[in-house]
Amino acid sequence: MSLVGEPITRVDGRLKVTGQAKYAAEFEVPNLAYGFLLLSTIPQGRVLRMETVAAEKAPGIIKILTPFNAPKLPEHGNTGHPPAGRVLQVLQDDQVHYNNQPIAVIVAETLNQAMFAASLIKVRYQQTPPKLDFEGSFPTAHPGGHGHDPADIGKGSIEDALAAAEVKIDQVYTTPVQHHNPLEPHATIAQWDGEKLTVHNATQYISGDRQSLAKAFGLPDDNVRVICPFTGGGFGSKGSTWSHVLLAAMAARVAGRPVKIVLDRPQMFGPVGARPQTHQHIVIGAKRDGSILAIRHDAFTHTSMFEDFTEPSSVQTRMLYGVPNISTSQRLVPLTTGTPTFMRAPGESTGTFGLESALDEMAYALNMDPIALRLKNYAEKDPTSDKPFSSKNLKECYARGAEKFGWAKRNPEPRSTKDGRLLVGWGMATATYSANRSTAACSVSFEPNGRVTVASGTQDLGTGMYTLMAQVAADALKMPIEKIDAKLGDSLFPRAPVSGGSQSAASVTPAVQAACKQAILKLTAAAASDAQSPFHGVMSADLDFANGKVFRKSAPKTGEDFTDLISRSGGKPIEATASAERDQDSEQYSTHSWGAVFAEVAVDEAIGMPRVRRVVGVYDIGTLLNSKTGTNQLIGGVVWGISLALHEHSARDSRYGRIANNNLAEYHVPVNLDIGEIDVSALNIPDLKFNPLGARGIGEIGITGTGAAVANAIYHATGKRFRNAPITPDLLMA
Amino acid sequence: MNPFTYQRAHDPQDAVIARSRSKDSMFLGGGTNLVDLMKMGVEQPGKLIDINRLELAQIEELPDGGLRLGALARNSDTASNPLVRERYQLLAEAILSGASPQLRNRATNGGNLLQRTRCYYFYDPAYTRCNKRNPGSGCDAIGGYNRIHAILGASEECIATHPSDMCVALAALEANVRVRGPKGERTIPFNEFHRLPGKTPQIDTNLKPDELILSIDLPKSNYAAHSHYLKVRDRASYAFALVSVAAALDLDGTTIKSARIALGGVAHKPWRSEKAEQLLAGKPLAEEAFLAAANELLAGAKTYEHNQFKVEMAKHAVVRALSIAGGLA
Repeated sequence: MSLVGEPITRVDGRLKVTGQAKYAAEFEVPNLAYGFLLLSTIPQGRVLRMETVAAEKAPGIIKILTPFNAPKLPEHGNTGHPPAGRVLQVLQDDQVHYNNQPIAVIVAETLNQAMFAASLIKVRYQQTPPKLDFEGSFPTAHPGGHGHDPADIGKGSIEDALAAAEVKIDQVYTTPVQHHNPLEPHATIAQWDGEKLTVHNATQYISGDRQSLAKAFGLPDDNVRVICPFTGGGFGSKGSTWSHVLLAAMAARVAGRPVKIVLDRPQMFGPVGARPQTHQHIVIGAKRDGSILAIRHDAFTHTSMFEDFTEPSSVQTRMLYGVPNISTSQRLVPLTTGTPTFMRAPGESTGTFGLESALDEMAYALNMDPIALRLKNYAEKDPTSDKPFSSKNLKECYARGAEKFGWAKRNPEPRSTKDGRLLVGWGMATATYSANRSTAACSVSFEPNGRVTVASGTQDLGTGMYTLMAQVAADALKMPIEKIDAKLGDSLFPRAPVSGGSQSAASVTPAVQAACKQAILKLTAAAASDAQSPFHGVMSADLDFANGKVFRKSAPKTGEDFTDLISRSGGKPIEATASAERDQDSEQYSTHSWGAVFAEVAVDEAIGMPRVRRVVGVYDIGTLLNSKTGTNQLIGGVVWGISLALHEHSARDSRYGRIANNNLAEYHVPVNLDIGEIDVSALNIPDLKFNPLGARGIGEIGITGTGAAVANAIYHATGKRFRNAPITPDLLMA
Repeated sequence: MNPFTYQRAHDPQDAVIARSRSKDSMFLGGGTNLVDLMKMGVEQPGKLIDINRLELAQIEELPDGGLRLGALARNSDTASNPLVRERYQLLAEAILSGASPQLRNRATNGGNLLQRTRCYYFYDPAYTRCNKRNPGSGCDAIGGYNRIHAILGASEECIATHPSDMCVALAALEANVRVRGPKGERTIPFNEFHRLPGKTPQIDTNLKPDELILSIDLPKSNYAAHSHYLKVRDRASYAFALVSVAAALDLDGTTIKSARIALGGVAHKPWRSEKAEQLLAGKPLAEEAFLAAANELLAGAKTYEHNQFKVEMAKHAVVRALSIAGGLA
């Protein structure tokens, strides 16, 4: 029986709940020294002087690296291109580009000694005025130099179409800066052995880190090994090699000892990315019958003064509805901040908050059911690329979601539903996220002890990658999953892509399948050529493998354990490696995942407190590989969507550019009590045009649409339209 | 974190003497706030005097029908104590609305009174101007991001709020704080325990540096049957109050004999107004009376760029809390 779709329990679950799963900072490395980052306290300027005399005399101090004594790196800290390579602040000059930027590393025998010495350092700055007014800086906005897509994409004649529209929505939607707060902070242990560098890093991209470090220190890639068997959440922030990773390696080299650097929570708010602030101007023009003639989506997002990063909030607008005239644009607004970065569903998370809120406004303006409006403008093919979709069952998502939620009973009149003193509202939105896939490789090894090792240089961020690898291998090898040892998180393993863009499962599992197939071929060939094998001389095409035995296809009941074959041939494992890449044919398709999300929100208007009582989400994500870990991912995404709508907000001080609420007490993510019932399900219709397992990624789509569904439900409850997230009690209060 | 020495106190006298001998020492109770502040470099004691072994964890009845809450009783134990729940439900509700179970299991009653403000600019020493952390340096909160800051009783020097929920209930219940210094014991009425910032925002309370809290004494209360603690916050749990209200009524049928109202999240201390409470005495239970009291409580409110909403929110919360306490909602 195939394990695909089964609710297989995490194979690494026991290690995690018993504390045996080792995260980057937990590796015991002999002779380890502790590094602590000193970060800037001004937004912009120069470090004129650092008084380090007292710190150097403090107990346990090994070395203090500053812009004035740090070794020069061969390429000044250049690490290549995103996602891994970023513009870093690694003590190569005295410039301060943002508040909370690394300006020194204090290395000591203990962490406390390093922190105490850091508190003794006096920094003299020369300040220059920062640029921190987002909307006031729109005149300096530019299209940006990086990214795969052009900044402006569209088709048709937008102005003419809008002029011809009978009903128009023309509004601005905004989302704030948000900071990733995985439970595991960024952490690095770096150790040198001559010209070889080994790094334990909390990361989403071991091979990217390897390349970045090799480039920065002028080493061949093979001299760098990056290890990360477990990542305690990343959400995009650990997809890049940030400054502290290089600084740990630099400090280790100078100190002549392994050095560990762990960011503390306030240090997470600056040097390791954030979701940029967005300002989205959306104009929709429709006919009275609900046909949308034109959609315009112009997004402004902030970036740093020294690097371009685009949050493509308009991305879904290019393809989500079958509209003849579309215009989308992305503009970057440079501010005196650290560079923003990928955060769960970069683009679609913030973009669907805007677009799907605007669709709801249009539905009310037309006096039309929000689902009916979406069906009326259903895209049968990608409207801007003109490509067919590889697979799209969004209508089914709407229908099933509406049925589960009880949408038919909704009275669309705002403020029509009350529960005691609470106003109750129902809202819905479309969810979508692009389906991505990259080349990935995997090795499969039949071991002398009867077990099979499946190894790939991918990462498990808590997503279930170990489990997926084991179950796909168990299927491909026709062996029990208990016999499979999945390994990942070591750059010595065959290369896999960044765990980002919801692509790991879709990229790595085909490689697992391919490597299993290769390994079986190698095994049967070995059996056929082994003089002592019962299958000696048999055509290997006539042999097969299952349940640990090689057998003749014509006689499947008899066979020989692969361990016998291995022991006869010297006891060495039989191993094969294979890689899998995106099928050329799939380029002719537009590949996306889809979903419909429904929310019920109760609002206590007198005191402004909302509660999301229930969410129903139905998703078309291709094959659901593991219903337990997959559902878990979707639920996590929905929770974050609620957070986007109601909670999360990095409050940037307008004078200093420093995040005021830089701790988990004041940076609000939802707690259990904020979350009501969540019912997520997948249609589970394989998308075989996308990959051989039919599986598209599942990691990010849950956050998309949810924010708008909540905001739309709040409109239905209160009659008030909130276009600026988060919708907090002060705003909701009547 | 600064290097510090550690000493364990064996009895209250021992603790107080150790504290008075060493100017830069601090008492260590649950440590839920102090240790955080030490890690941030906000508090830099040279010596910690661990008081956790002192026998001050009891919760016991007082002869007048009141209750004595030991300074070292944990917040969780206090909130779940049957006598507290029976006689001072308001206090149990307030404690349980604060922090998280883990923190409440660790945090002590005395420490709850002494927790420091959550003002961003106080908590993060990267900001140079904070009169509470560094007297005379100025205030970065005025003119900064001040959504969580005070609207009542603040000064040009400081607009921080006191973050406790428990203290808001204790203010409404008119508790007394029993303390011990080198020269003996004294009792501080709750309303005089915390201070307004004035020109010395670095001093949070009227507790002298060498005084130790022994207990919080609750007088016999006529408010047990009709009270409510309402907390308005950005998420349902583990968030400090935007505003909170401890409301307690002594009723004769549907007539209010007397009322006690304290506000949290709006000032440097739990905020009460005798005049507002007087407005309710003798009135029938009704929203009009509640609103009049709310308006009086908020009289003189002064807002800053990001906290204007607190005035209306506090009024709404007062009306709601009194309505629930009085059985109207």
